[in-house]
Amino acid sequence: MNWMLALPEIVLACCGLGILVFGVLRKHDSALICTMMTLGAFLIAGLLVLTGLPGIGYHGQFVSDPFSAFNKLLLLSGAALTAILSLDWNRQAGISRFEFPILMLFAVVGMMVMTSASNLMTLYVGLELQSLALYVLAAFARDDLRSSEAGLKYFVLGGLASGLLLYGVSLVYGFAGTMDFHELRALLTQPGVASPGASPGVIVGVVFVLVGLAFKISAVPFHMWTPDVYEGAPTPVTVFFATAPKVAAMALMLRVMATPFGPLLASWQSLIVIVSIASMLLGAFAAIGQTNIKRLMAYSSIGHMGYALVGLAVGSPEGIRGVLVYMVIYVFMTAGTFACIMAMRRKGQPVEQISDLSGLASNDPGLALALAVFMFSLAGIPLMSGFFAKLYIFLAAVQGGLWTLAVVGVLTSVVGAYYYIRIIKIMYFDPSVEAFDRRPPALSFVVAATGLFTAFFFLFPAPVVDAAQVAAGAIFR
Amino acid sequence: MNEAGFPLLSLITWLPLVGGLVILSVRGDEATVASNARWTALWTSLIVLVLSLVLWVKFDPSEGGFQFVESVSWLPEYQVGYKMGVDGISVLFVLLSTVLTPLCILASWESIQTRVREFMLSFLILETMMVGMFCALDFIVFYMFFEAVLIPMYLIIGVWGGPRRVYAAMKFFLYTLTGSVLMLLALLAMWLYAGTTDIQVLMTTQFPPAMQTWLFLAFLASFAVKVPMWPVHTWLPDAHVEAPTAGSVILAGVLLKMGGYGFLRFSIPMLPDASAYFAPFMFTLSVVAVIYTSLVALAQEDMKKLIAYSSVAHMGIVTIGMFTFNEQGIHGALFQMLSHGVVSGALFLIVGVVYDRIHSREIARYGGLSDRMPGYALVFMLFTMASVGLPGTAGFVGEFLVIVGAFQVNFWLALLGGAGMILGAAYMLYLYRRVMFGRITRDDLRHILDLSPREWAVFAPLIVLTLWMGIYPSSFTVFWDASVAAMVKHHQDALATTIKLAGVTH
Repeated sequence: MNWMLALPEIVLACCGLGILVFGVLRKHDSALICTMMTLGAFLIAGLLVLTGLPGIGYHGQFVSDPFSAFNKLLLLSGAALTAILSLDWNRQAGISRFEFPILMLFAVVGMMVMTSASNLMTLYVGLELQSLALYVLAAFARDDLRSSEAGLKYFVLGGLASGLLLYGVSLVYGFAGTMDFHELRALLTQPGVASPGASPGVIVGVVFVLVGLAFKISAVPFHMWTPDVYEGAPTPVTVFFATAPKVAAMALMLRVMATPFGPLLASWQSLIVIVSIASMLLGAFAAIGQTNIKRLMAYSSIGHMGYALVGLAVGSPEGIRGVLVYMVIYVFMTAGTFACIMAMRRKGQPVEQISDLSGLASNDPGLALALAVFMFSLAGIPLMSGFFAKLYIFLAAVQGGLWTLAVVGVLTSVVGAYYYIRIIKIMYFDPSVEAFDRRPPALSFVVAATGLFTAFFFLFPAPVVDAAQVAAGAIFR
Repeated sequence: MNEAGFPLLSLITWLPLVGGLVILSVRGDEATVASNARWTALWTSLIVLVLSLVLWVKFDPSEGGFQFVESVSWLPEYQVGYKMGVDGISVLFVLLSTVLTPLCILASWESIQTRVREFMLSFLILETMMVGMFCALDFIVFYMFFEAVLIPMYLIIGVWGGPRRVYAAMKFFLYTLTGSVLMLLALLAMWLYAGTTDIQVLMTTQFPPAMQTWLFLAFLASFAVKVPMWPVHTWLPDAHVEAPTAGSVILAGVLLKMGGYGFLRFSIPMLPDASAYFAPFMFTLSVVAVIYTSLVALAQEDMKKLIAYSSVAHMGIVTIGMFTFNEQGIHGALFQMLSHGVVSGALFLIVGVVYDRIHSREIARYGGLSDRMPGYALVFMLFTMASVGLPGTAGFVGEFLVIVGAFQVNFWLALLGGAGMILGAAYMLYLYRRVMFGRITRDDLRHILDLSPREWAVFAPLIVLTLWMGIYPSSFTVFWDASVAAMVKHHQDALATTIKLAGVTH
């Protein structure tokens, strides 16, 4: 048994326990130092992921391969960006407690287990570890009514989704007799009527698993919680929700659909197509009427998950590669956008209305430029990274012959462009109102880093794409 | 790198962006920043102009293929490369862009007083995108430039535009984006079929006729909006009216040509069967555009709107010329695009001159200006005549060649297309009479000043170009002779092959 395969997770979990003890024993304010230690733990885990060897361990429960490494690095960077952003915000909001980074850390451990799951059991354990930490995070501003409501709502609906997922897992186990991904793949590949692949029980199980995962990535019609939770949760938590858990859940979905249930592509493809189209449409149209920028970003993320699912619907390594590239670009532009949103603060109080951005270009040209870059990128206008994300997805869709998805995709991206450029309109064309407070340096750092990535991705797309290619190839074996 | 070992085209393309970065780094109080931004933008665009003149001199017109080709690997796994090159068709459009940009910067020297730095930055970014689009020899690269043009233009209209600028900017953005995303799908389909997005390879790839139909419609969605063709032209008057003068000049001068260039570069050479099949449809739309928008122009009360509608009519002549598929027609279309770029750009500048002084574009607000502004009257008259198509000016050659080309296709097409010239004379002369002649009735017009030296400097190159194009057109047509001949031959060969194949299968 090669326990070294899970070294990053083990080290990260141990660090988490250590930081927890440290935080409890230290008498006075320890949020800053705990956050720094958490960042250090993320860094160590990242290095371990980079140097880790591929293989399957723990009796087939746990796999370490290029796919898991790719996603782990991505979600670690998303979590690290969030941790940096949370520092100043939490202090100003009066929720600066050392449990915040530790909860994030344990959620990340859960996510890393999810991306490495090679068995439906591991999948569930990882997902629950992640979810429990996230429920607490959503309600972290416990004196705030909206935050508590967000936490409760997320908990109830998330519990339901977990139940559905577990039900699906039990159906698959009952009809196929195994929970191991590779054994399932071998079983489902068997031809003939007697094979478990032909059994309706397995298909129903797959559908339930799909529903559970679709909830986690907030794809339509399981998206209801997203706008409320995004709006209600403290903004650093929203950033976290929008980045790392999305990556982990999407990675899990890709692996489950490609490895064990890959042979059933014909059965679940149409389902993904419907979910994808519905997400793209809702993401495009429901966001138009929003006035709160966090809600708008919630609908935007629903739409983006719809685009990413196009790649999964294709079901080919090219499609999966497209999804992975999409997730990388999505994480950075979303983190950047939220960093800009966190800079929206007047007299110490955060403001969230889109109209508060009015005339930002003359008050703070740098921030306006960065937010404009992110908006153009989210809209998929060329030279920004968001265009490449969509390009790879649509390439895969066209290759797979899914023309409906491609046509719906490009048309909804035009509708989406309307509300993204409306924000630019408000920043650049409208008269300026009161300026925002001085933004903390950590925030400027995140905005600059993600902004440069978004604006100049076009110069060097090859490293990301090549890595995604290798990662995508790994889950089809 | 190209055969000369020097990436001239990339330099012309990216240099404005470097100038933009310089502008971005300027520090100081507002007046210093504004002045530095203006001078940096002007010098950058002038250096780019000089470099493009080098391109013009070094270009070998006897060769029909692409020259100055540069190729760098970019997305190798998709066979997509950063490939640049110009042939006889694109080289003059590059020049048109690089000539108009410094003039626009000069024209907005005084009229733009707010956020000068951002304005100049947008203009330099716009120049990079325009030049890059005409030079791109890879479809993905072309598409990126084609769509990225929207970003600076959206900001130029929206930030420095007139009262309804937000509406106009949004409409411009969404109309054009809708068209181009459909082209993106066509592009992906072509890539799937041919395995590459290299334009040179795609031009020799034969796509199956059924596929060509769909590809053509997708391209049409994009280019027709850009040209703009009737009935998707409605964004243009709004955008023109609201845009600042310099924005209107670039919009009319270069951005509209992107649609025509797209037809010539992609639709006609790559999709010969579908082009031939859809030619009558294109003729119908073009003729409607010519006659309908000319009549609409007659009824306009706003000078810019009138010229905007005249642009739609003139671009209708261009699309007629292109889809005749004979040398005269395509020559005429190209020439008309160039001359329209110069002439309509100049006309928008002319409107800008009085708008800067009186702050109104309403035709009825003026009258009798020729007494007070003789120099202005002369310039206005020259460009009015060029727009009408008076022999000896740039406008004549293009329209004449198109009508000659159209005659070879169909008499009625030539007749109806030619009607545009008569209507054009009607609305332009009517405009000129109402603005320049008659008696001065308003007080502020009695003290209006004639053209300043700066304004003369803006108009001088355009006057020279208009007369040069009208008097000695072959110094321009020689550039694309070989390319157009090759294109026409390629088109006829392709059609002959299809007919032969059809004969075999039946």
